[in-house]
Amino acid sequence: MIQLINTLLIGITAGSIYALMAIAIVLVWRSTRVINFAQAGMALLSTYFGYEAMVHLNSFWIALPVAMIGGAAVAAFIELVFMRFLLKRSAHGAISGVAPIIATLGLLGVIRSLTSSIWGGQDVRIVGPVSNVGYSLGANTLAFSPLKLLILVTVIVLVLLLSLLFQKSNMGLSLRASAFSPEIARLSGIRVNGVRTLGWSLAGASGAVAGMFQTVNGNGSFSPDSIEFSLLLVSGFIAAVIGGLDSLVGAVIGGLVLGLVISFVLMYINSSLFFIAPFVILLIVLFVRPQGIIGAKAARRA
Amino acid sequence: MSLEVSQLTVHHGAICAVNDVSFSVKKGELVAVIGSNGAGKTTLLRTLSGLNKATHGSATWNGHNLLHSKPERIVRHGVSHVSEGKAVIPELTVSENLELGAIWRKNKKESSASKAEITAIFPRLGERLKQRADTLSGGERQMLAIGRALMSKPEILLLDEPSLGLAPLVVEQIFQTIRDLATSMGLTVVLVEQNAMGALKIADNGIVLNLGKVAVTGTAQSLIADPQVRAAYLGY
Repeated sequence: MIQLINTLLIGITAGSIYALMAIAIVLVWRSTRVINFAQAGMALLSTYFGYEAMVHLNSFWIALPVAMIGGAAVAAFIELVFMRFLLKRSAHGAISGVAPIIATLGLLGVIRSLTSSIWGGQDVRIVGPVSNVGYSLGANTLAFSPLKLLILVTVIVLVLLLSLLFQKSNMGLSLRASAFSPEIARLSGIRVNGVRTLGWSLAGASGAVAGMFQTVNGNGSFSPDSIEFSLLLVSGFIAAVIGGLDSLVGAVIGGLVLGLVISFVLMYINSSLFFIAPFVILLIVLFVRPQGIIGAKAARRA
Repeated sequence: MSLEVSQLTVHHGAICAVNDVSFSVKKGELVAVIGSNGAGKTTLLRTLSGLNKATHGSATWNGHNLLHSKPERIVRHGVSHVSEGKAVIPELTVSENLELGAIWRKNKKESSASKAEITAIFPRLGERLKQRADTLSGGERQMLAIGRALMSKPEILLLDEPSLGLAPLVVEQIFQTIRDLATSMGLTVVLVEQNAMGALKIADNGIVLNLGKVAVTGTAQSLIADPQVRAAYLGY
């Protein structure tokens, strides 16, 4: 029983972090129709920003917004000076559809080697703001700590804020309208280019939180070659696809499903299947429901 | 207050879609632009709203240059374009589609038309504010598209084939509303239509386009009476 509860708790916490990463991928997809493989690289760079803030100011609660703002700025910069130009140049021709996606793979490499050359290859540490020692339940210790609770609550608050922004604000209406129909958006007076940059910035901030939490939820240390960030990229991407790629709600569901499945596989089947499980889920979803869990049409509401 | 188009020429690649077109529309006037498929009607409208780029000529509304300007800027000069094919966003609700039309004014805290004003014109939209636009009938979608454009309180409305794919009774209703908008609100309207007879019946003046060139212009009545126009475009 305690093992089942622990498996669920581990899965939900990890899944909430994957959900943030999936949200980042969905936001970029919706605003520019690009699958951004550089998202994990951007999250890595943002986590280094957070690390620098920790070193100098020694507060996680300052480091987190620093990482978010840094991540948003990096994303805006990439969209403004790189992707916009690239999308315009590669709009026609044989590889028009894939050129931007391949470019993001290149970008991932550039960001990783950039972080390596600035911060070196060895591990650095970020310490979470609260203890990662599990709560005790009678004689047992739960795999759920104050830190995991904090991660979960923060993710829930961020997702609620984001969906409020999308559903209730003019900015959200601009973001949705520009994603669904750039032409009607422009005819309605929306500066679609600016809205695209905004979409990337939100993605950058979301990915930054995922990077920070992924690090403290693990053993607290990370480097440009951390397996944590590879896992974040793979999981975020797969969660986004499971969720239909177009939906924030789908991204959250996809993240949680993935987190739970990985957790159950680890606990009940075999820990060597750790890296294979997400791909198997991806294949099953693509075979059974290629439009994702949330159907393509319903997806676009949120 | 007038729309002045002079020697306007627009190319799609090597093809000349609009060729040396000149005309003017005064405030409060309803002008029908008719012509067969491929006559350049849609290209003409899309150029006036900044979606297409002109190769040559000039176009101004109240002295504001409409060429070499982006659509999101042109709408700020009071020019609202309802593009072809029921221009609504199906994934958004009726209410959100309407809000979209006023969004640039709202962002600047300028006054825009209220949803109540629009639903007074199109009562059926009022009953469906919370529904997604893709649950609407074709006629309702067209009303929503026009309603969205009206939300920005435009001075001139560019309408691209509002009758397309609609039942005759609905077409009549929408044409009547367009006429009322021009008469009662003093709105200037450029109405592009394949349904030449329906458009000329409500228009003050008409322009016949043929292969990108102005073939005939005149009052709507004179065009209806013109034997050549009747034979070629009105079908009798």
